[in-house]
Amino acid sequence: MIQFNNVVKSYEQGNNALNGVSMQIEDGEFCFLVGPSGSGKSTIIKLITGELKPSSGTIHVNGYSLERIRKREIPYLRRTVGVVFQDFRLIDKMTVYENVAFAMRVVGAREKEIRDRVPYVLELVGLENKLSRHPHEMSGGEQQRLAIARALVNNPSTIIADEPTGNLDPERSYEIMALLQEINNLGTTVLVVTHAQDLVELFQKRVIAIDEGQIVSDGTEDEEENTDEAE
Amino acid sequence: MRLNNIGYLLKEGFRGIFLHGFMSFAAVCVTVACLLIVGSFSALAYNLDIMVQELNRTSEILVLIDSSLSDAEARSIGTKINLLDNVLQSTFVSREEALEDFVADHDDDPAFSGVRAEDLRHRYVVVLEDNTKMEQTDEQLRQIPGVVKTDAAYELAEGFSTIQDVLHMVSAAVIAVLLVVSLLIISNTVKLAMYDRRDEIAIMKMVGATNGFIRLPFMVEGFTLGMVGAALAFGLEWAGYDALVQRIAAVDSLQLFSFVSFQELLIPMVMVFAAAGMFVGIVGSWTSIRKFMDV
Repeated sequence: MIQFNNVVKSYEQGNNALNGVSMQIEDGEFCFLVGPSGSGKSTIIKLITGELKPSSGTIHVNGYSLERIRKREIPYLRRTVGVVFQDFRLIDKMTVYENVAFAMRVVGAREKEIRDRVPYVLELVGLENKLSRHPHEMSGGEQQRLAIARALVNNPSTIIADEPTGNLDPERSYEIMALLQEINNLGTTVLVVTHAQDLVELFQKRVIAIDEGQIVSDGTEDEEENTDEAE
Repeated sequence: MRLNNIGYLLKEGFRGIFLHGFMSFAAVCVTVACLLIVGSFSALAYNLDIMVQELNRTSEILVLIDSSLSDAEARSIGTKINLLDNVLQSTFVSREEALEDFVADHDDDPAFSGVRAEDLRHRYVVVLEDNTKMEQTDEQLRQIPGVVKTDAAYELAEGFSTIQDVLHMVSAAVIAVLLVVSLLIISNTVKLAMYDRRDEIAIMKMVGATNGFIRLPFMVEGFTLGMVGAALAFGLEWAGYDALVQRIAAVDSLQLFSFVSFQELLIPMVMVFAAAGMFVGIVGSWTSIRKFMDV
């Protein structure tokens, strides 16, 4: 579960990136986070992954209280949150298999667990036939699938996808979003940060809209339309 | 940390060396170059120190014996001289031997043909253990009954001591500066290697690797590179030193410079090179990686 209570985040320059944000994303939920550039979306992701600490307010992520989390606990928090980025962030020198296995090795998994788990996750994302390929030999869509496999392999309870379709054509974007929905169906909480309004409308999930560091709406796309019409 | 993990971390450390071959090569080359400079200067300073010590040994005190004493009485004074703490060696020179030296020193000049042995005194040539105590020992020699006069070159002895002190200070300062500069250069090279792998480190942080887990392979890598660099530098230093000493020994005009054999420097050199290699590798990677850990 992700819970923000009246969270304020100020940077050293004095400007507030978040102004009293409160929200709650339940376990197993699929949720979009939308908003213009500079609205505070990236700050929310950094707060969830423990990269930043809130200036005030409280944040609970998968059982960790982030306003008072110790530095040495952060790696364990991150094992519960898989992150997928727009630019994939894969290691080009490693093969598909090694990229995913690497994520398990660096958290101390046993070789047997790695041998069992990596092929399963790669099959889940549809890359079971490309184990020995290198990222630069693959399309953008395939690279993003690989990034999702890496985020999934340590079995996190939450996946955060930061503009996962930003570098992809519409068809591949739809496939990636469908894959995230499939992962959500298996019980993983999914938070997608996106600018892709068409996909948000298509998937009909909860949408949290943020602007100037404040939540301006929270509900499904249909609810928001109804609210707009009523106004 | 499980045994399985330690094996993986060590393997990763060694794999990193080959995976980032060019940066590893650069780090080893820089380590070799820096340690060679430090090692060569240290060897030179050590040899100069020994040469100055040897030159200093040649400072002697001439002890003149009362001419009224018989030969046997004059010779017996040697025992008293040798009993003094700071006396390394004393050599008796009879008045006849002194005359021979005198005549030889003046190229058999006929002007001195009238000088007889009886005009001269028996004497001792005294070599000291520590020339800095020359004045004190000279005083003790003059207190010995039968000694009428001494001749000691205080200024020369002091000059050598000053040269030795200056040499010690200058070499310590130069070696310290060279070590610091070497550390900075090597640490910078390691930093470049880390910069090359910042994405890898960021991914490790992102998926939840602990700092210790991230650091250890880099430390293994840094340690190995440092030790390889130190071993190569040591081998080159040995070969280069031996070749230089042989060349100097073969040139007559350079006989004044007598260098010690590398075997005499072996243990301190091995220790210094190994310590420097280890320190540079481990500290270099530790400090360099810190910058990329704050993610």
